Amino acid sequence: MKITAAQAMAECLTREGIKVVFGYPGAAICPFYDALMDTDIRHVLVRHEANAGHEASGYARMTGKPAVCVVTSGPGAVNLLTAIATAYADSVPLICITGQVNRDQIGSDAFQEADITGAAEPFVKHSYLVSKPEDIPRIFREAFYIAGTGRPGPVLIDVPMDVQRAEIDFEYPETVDIRGYKPNLKGNPMQVKRVYKALKEAEKPLICLGGGVFASGAVNEIRQLARTMNIPVINTMMGISAFPNEDPLYFGMLGMHGVKTANQAVKDCDTLFLVGARVGDRAVRTPVALQKTTKIIHIDIDPAEIGKNMGVDIPLVGDARQVLTQLLAIAEPKKHDAWIAQLNEYRTEKTFSEVPEGTVNPKEFIYKLSKAMPDDTVICADVGQNQIWTCTNYSFADGGRLVTSGGMGTMGYSLPAAIGAKLAQPERTVAALCGDGSLQMSMMELATAVQHDVPVKVVVMTNTRLGMVRELQTNGYNDRQTAVFLDGSPDFVKLAESYGIPAMRVTDDKTADEAIAKLAGDTGLMLVEVIVDKDFPTL
Amino acid sequence: MKHTISVLVENHSGVLSRISGLFSRRGFNIESLAVGPTQNEAISRITIIADGDDYTVEQIEKQLNKLVEVIKVKTFAQGECMARELLLVKVAAAADKRQEIMTICEISNAKVIDITVGTMTLEVCDKYDHLKRFEELIAPYGIIEMVRTGTIAIQKGAEVISPKK
Repeated sequence: MKITAAQAMAECLTREGIKVVFGYPGAAICPFYDALMDTDIRHVLVRHEANAGHEASGYARMTGKPAVCVVTSGPGAVNLLTAIATAYADSVPLICITGQVNRDQIGSDAFQEADITGAAEPFVKHSYLVSKPEDIPRIFREAFYIAGTGRPGPVLIDVPMDVQRAEIDFEYPETVDIRGYKPNLKGNPMQVKRVYKALKEAEKPLICLGGGVFASGAVNEIRQLARTMNIPVINTMMGISAFPNEDPLYFGMLGMHGVKTANQAVKDCDTLFLVGARVGDRAVRTPVALQKTTKIIHIDIDPAEIGKNMGVDIPLVGDARQVLTQLLAIAEPKKHDAWIAQLNEYRTEKTFSEVPEGTVNPKEFIYKLSKAMPDDTVICADVGQNQIWTCTNYSFADGGRLVTSGGMGTMGYSLPAAIGAKLAQPERTVAALCGDGSLQMSMMELATAVQHDVPVKVVVMTNTRLGMVRELQTNGYNDRQTAVFLDGSPDFVKLAESYGIPAMRVTDDKTADEAIAKLAGDTGLMLVEVIVDKDFPTL
Repeated sequence: MKHTISVLVENHSGVLSRISGLFSRRGFNIESLAVGPTQNEAISRITIIADGDDYTVEQIEKQLNKLVEVIKVKTFAQGECMARELLLVKVAAAADKRQEIMTICEISNAKVIDITVGTMTLEVCDKYDHLKRFEELIAPYGIIEMVRTGTIAIQKGAEVISPKK
């Protein structure tokens, strides 16, 4: 039986188990939208195309499988670019479907025509411009396979309108065979033995977890290994919440904005075991100096990441979960009491500074919030000071999860990511923690949350500044502050109320406690504005 | 240091732009890039001459391998391959200079492929260094127009670069 290629696209999504797509329609994607109506797939209408990508990203991070966003040609597709780049930087599997003008119009600068496969090339794992309608089933099958396997990432499928309308015989391929794409999952057994030997012989070993631990689903394996061999654990920003933060073996986030215990551990260790971490410049500022004094072991599924930013003594290409399983099969218990005691010396009691009347210490608020929220809460941190406050003060319990834009540092990510995460796992509490700058980059998504009944918690920390840039200007530009003042911002409580979202403002300990109780206890959509002093520092 | 890298790719439209884009955005220097079909019409072969140290070449190889349409990448070791490129040059040649130019061509293994009252068009196919020398020899007569392909290279001996592992 013949069906249209648009129907075939929708059918492919159904076959891939897709329940929700995030999108924004337009003329060039109308055939697909029409076909989507006849499926069981739920469509979530965003209020800006970038947020379709971010919502799919939040969704994909929860499920570990590719999530789908769909937009129209031209401006719709170009608006999606930021989300594609954000997903690429953090290795998030996305299927990005874009409408395109008719095939015979391509290259003519037709209305709403943009070369999106060309524009997105630096930020996609792969892309397709569909020129033959009959290729749709194969391309979709391949796209899901490529996006979700190996090092995950976004795959773009650009489909001209006349291709969507054409009729084809539908047959979904059962297998995929791409000769240029064969991800290497299992670690080379010889290298695994070398890694184990190095870990066993190390006197001061240290494990550093990156986002790859989540991408490969290796959270349990890494805990087992660390506990069996008694190896202290730190993480990059992308690896936060992979290890319970109250665990005696946990020493925090490293890097420019990291904590002292973690950075000191990196300095003092004799063997650094990087698991799914790419040694980004914000995590390790002086990789050359580090590699001189420390034995570096690096597991990554992407061979191109090994040795890219830092020299490595023992490279091991493979999926973190598989490699750790291989290691666990041979790992024997070990003690590192002296080393752990040395690191414990660096630990200090958490204290919070006094803040001016009418404001709240955001670190203290976040810390208290983490103690009150359910253990399995998903926290979506935005970008700016709020991100660092969250990453270094929210204490993630066993089962908690941080979702943030680590690599690209995309402002406005937290609210749409939270919406996506909540739709993926409605039983979990999901909160977006953002600043007044970042919220204003995506606050139109409050409507999406209301319309589709997605009860996320929004916490906006208002300091009436683009705080991180302000701080940079204070410290690096003789305090010549420019373009960081957020005058003209709305009253966020009233704004929320205008969407029908319950909201409250926190200005002191009493209102803070009230808000935290509500955030932790209430089940509905809500917004809490936390007033923060304009000069409150990042660290 | 110069490296010769051979890349087997799927013969799809857009592959070349993916590869050239990769080089520019990762800051790799390409000296020349030549692409053409192979005996298998589904596969094209690209020869890249790139400049860089061992770290850079390793990065180039790894990044190329990440492209889904790249089937195989091989960097030739020094002396492992035979390389050729083609040069076409239109040179000013009045009647009294023709014989001199033809002598240079003969010594240099070049051919005269066209001639007019005031010009001669020459063709030479050889290694990069040889073409450079030929260009120097011809330059004094006045080069009017010159065009070169990039270098293509093939392995010495019976070894081949095959799409199969």
